[in-house]
Amino acid sequence: MTYFTRRTLVKGGTAAAAAGALAGPALLDWTKAWAQAAPWKPEKGAQLSILRWKYFVQSEDDAFVALMDSFTKATGVKVTIARESYEDVQPKASVAANTGAGPDLFWGLYSLPHLFPQKCLDVTDVADYLGKKYGGWVPTAVTYGKGTGSKWIAIPVCYAGNLLNYRLEASKKAGFSKFPTTTDELLAYAKAMKAQGTPGGMALGHASGDGNAWVYWCLWAFGGNVVDKSDKVIISSPETEKALNYAKALYENYIPGTASWNDSFNNKAFLGGEVHWTNNGISIYVAAQNDATKKQIAEDMDHALWPVGPVGHPTEFHLMFPLIAMTYTKYPQASKALMAYMLEADQFNKWLTASKGYLTHCLNAYDTNPVWTADKKTTPFRDVAKRTLTAGGLGSVGEKAASAIADFVVLDMFAAVCTGREDAKGAIKIADRQLRRIYR
Amino acid sequence: MADIALKSSGKSVPREVGAWERLKTNHNWLSAWFMLPAAAFLVLFLAYPLGLGVWLSFTDAKIGRSGVFIGSENYEWLWDDSIFWLSVFNTLLYTIVASAIKFAVGLYLALLLNENLPFKAILRAVVLIPFIVPTVLSAIAFWWIYDSQFSIVSWTLRHLGLISSNIDFLGDVWNARWAVIFANIWRGVPFVAITLLAGLQTVSPSLYEAATIDGASNWQRFRYITYPLLTPIIAVVMTFSVLFTFTDFQLIWVLTRGGPVNATQLMATLSYQRAIIAGQLGEGAAISTAMIPFLLAAILISWFGLQRRKWQQGESND
Repeated sequence: MTYFTRRTLVKGGTAAAAAGALAGPALLDWTKAWAQAAPWKPEKGAQLSILRWKYFVQSEDDAFVALMDSFTKATGVKVTIARESYEDVQPKASVAANTGAGPDLFWGLYSLPHLFPQKCLDVTDVADYLGKKYGGWVPTAVTYGKGTGSKWIAIPVCYAGNLLNYRLEASKKAGFSKFPTTTDELLAYAKAMKAQGTPGGMALGHASGDGNAWVYWCLWAFGGNVVDKSDKVIISSPETEKALNYAKALYENYIPGTASWNDSFNNKAFLGGEVHWTNNGISIYVAAQNDATKKQIAEDMDHALWPVGPVGHPTEFHLMFPLIAMTYTKYPQASKALMAYMLEADQFNKWLTASKGYLTHCLNAYDTNPVWTADKKTTPFRDVAKRTLTAGGLGSVGEKAASAIADFVVLDMFAAVCTGREDAKGAIKIADRQLRRIYR
Repeated sequence: MADIALKSSGKSVPREVGAWERLKTNHNWLSAWFMLPAAAFLVLFLAYPLGLGVWLSFTDAKIGRSGVFIGSENYEWLWDDSIFWLSVFNTLLYTIVASAIKFAVGLYLALLLNENLPFKAILRAVVLIPFIVPTVLSAIAFWWIYDSQFSIVSWTLRHLGLISSNIDFLGDVWNARWAVIFANIWRGVPFVAITLLAGLQTVSPSLYEAATIDGASNWQRFRYITYPLLTPIIAVVMTFSVLFTFTDFQLIWVLTRGGPVNATQLMATLSYQRAIIAGQLGEGAAISTAMIPFLLAAILISWFGLQRRKWQQGESND
């Protein structure tokens, strides 16, 4: 525990003023008080390094840096931040887990903690502390945090919601004053939008975020599943076939070229006015707001939750960002203190606001954060943590689920059917074989 | 010195010379000592990673976790894997078509540049530009050129009234294949052209003069003077060109990531996707290892192509 001297206070004060968001004695008092009251006392001389996924919304990262700075001021623990593209965090964390050296904390994707559960610090106390204080965790967050075990091995910090983005005027013109809420309506919507020359589209190229989000939604919406509860491969089913045939019908009403789309294609096509509905995080909207020439798009667009399919419940698939501390860290107490500090209301609310809806909380109390109501267009993103399913669907969230997603098995199955390379049965057969290999 | 000589000669038994002493001073071993640093370098940075890669292909290693030996299971699996065979087909198509066109265009360019053109030096430098630009940058340029919505090619053709809708460059299976092959050719031609140009400049003008006096046509001069004298450099250039094309990764990864539906998935990209992205290190290593026979074949063909001409070793031609 480091106490403040006059010098550190002065230094901290200038840094906070520079950061713009943290100035003010009240806040400093709060952070100081927090550090003294918190159950985790950082080790003497503790320093932490954290590797996080590279941001999509600049203001989110700015707020993250400010948050780390204020933690340093509160506890004296210096935090070094490194950033990697979100697909590259996992290989680095795996190597670190294997060699027992590297950053103290990793903030990555989906199944990260479950690739090496025994190398993750037990953070049950932190999770319980936060859960009790902030209205409890949403159920999917518990799955990502604990897996099938009894201990929390990760703090499920937030989701990045992936929802439907659509243009208001074009939709109205096509006869839809409200975005479709069922899969049948969505197909009718896609047809009507295409017919009037304002088509939409969703990525079928190797787009890790957008591509996987919509094909898993579609598979689950029709009752298809990759594996059952015991991780047995059950992709080969009439439900999967129905999902594939539905996707093909939808694809026929897309703008041409979606088979080549990676994650960024739909962003630029939507902002370019070529595509009138697609699935994406809130980044299109944020980009449109920040660009003076695109203001009119920001005004003429909105977000909608995914339509519900024949299964009758939401089957969305959003990106989970769990935070883990490694067992090899020399500063487990400091790591835990940081994890708890990040999710305390005074910090997390500011961060959530700065992310402009890109990040969605997993702790129920944050439903009341003003970011979700100040701009109605961000409101749908508030509920993504409650509506999402987990990687692996019915099965475990571990390494196998991560492998199947990363190898684009389901995405390729959908793309093969949509582009007419395979019929539904042929595509299922190929996917089934690959999945059996991964889940062997 | 004299004392030492006296002392040693005074001893009844001659001093034992150890094996190490001999090795240190033996002239036959000297060359081995000189080669040691280079050999160590090659073993450490080439042989060891290659051997490790082959070894990994016989294990079920995952990223961050060493695997156990599983025999040829990875290979048996790949043998029945339609995506793997598709990637082999794509790689061969990509390599053969791109290398053949690169050779034809490169040779043509080299012959043109060898003529006495105005601004010869500038032209030669300009030709090199595609080769100088970092691959990823040129790939991103092509990414925009091939964009399904914003392609400059589609835009131009549409405004000329030649097409009614955008060309789906990277979304259609064959369009995507030709598109990546074109990008590879664009990038690879300068290497072939400039190297062949260097070869052309070594051909003595007196041969052409003699041929002209004998009444040889342009074609005959190319066929019977230029081509035979250029063969050794063609063999070297084409070996490199084939190897570069076969192992291409960046261009595909930036443009298509192997899509649509694996239509442009090369062995190199599939290996990366399975090994690094999906974490199946063993399987990815097996795909990489499966590239070795193809690469060896390419090297051997050109090697024997080179060996055929004995005059290269100072003997007369057969």
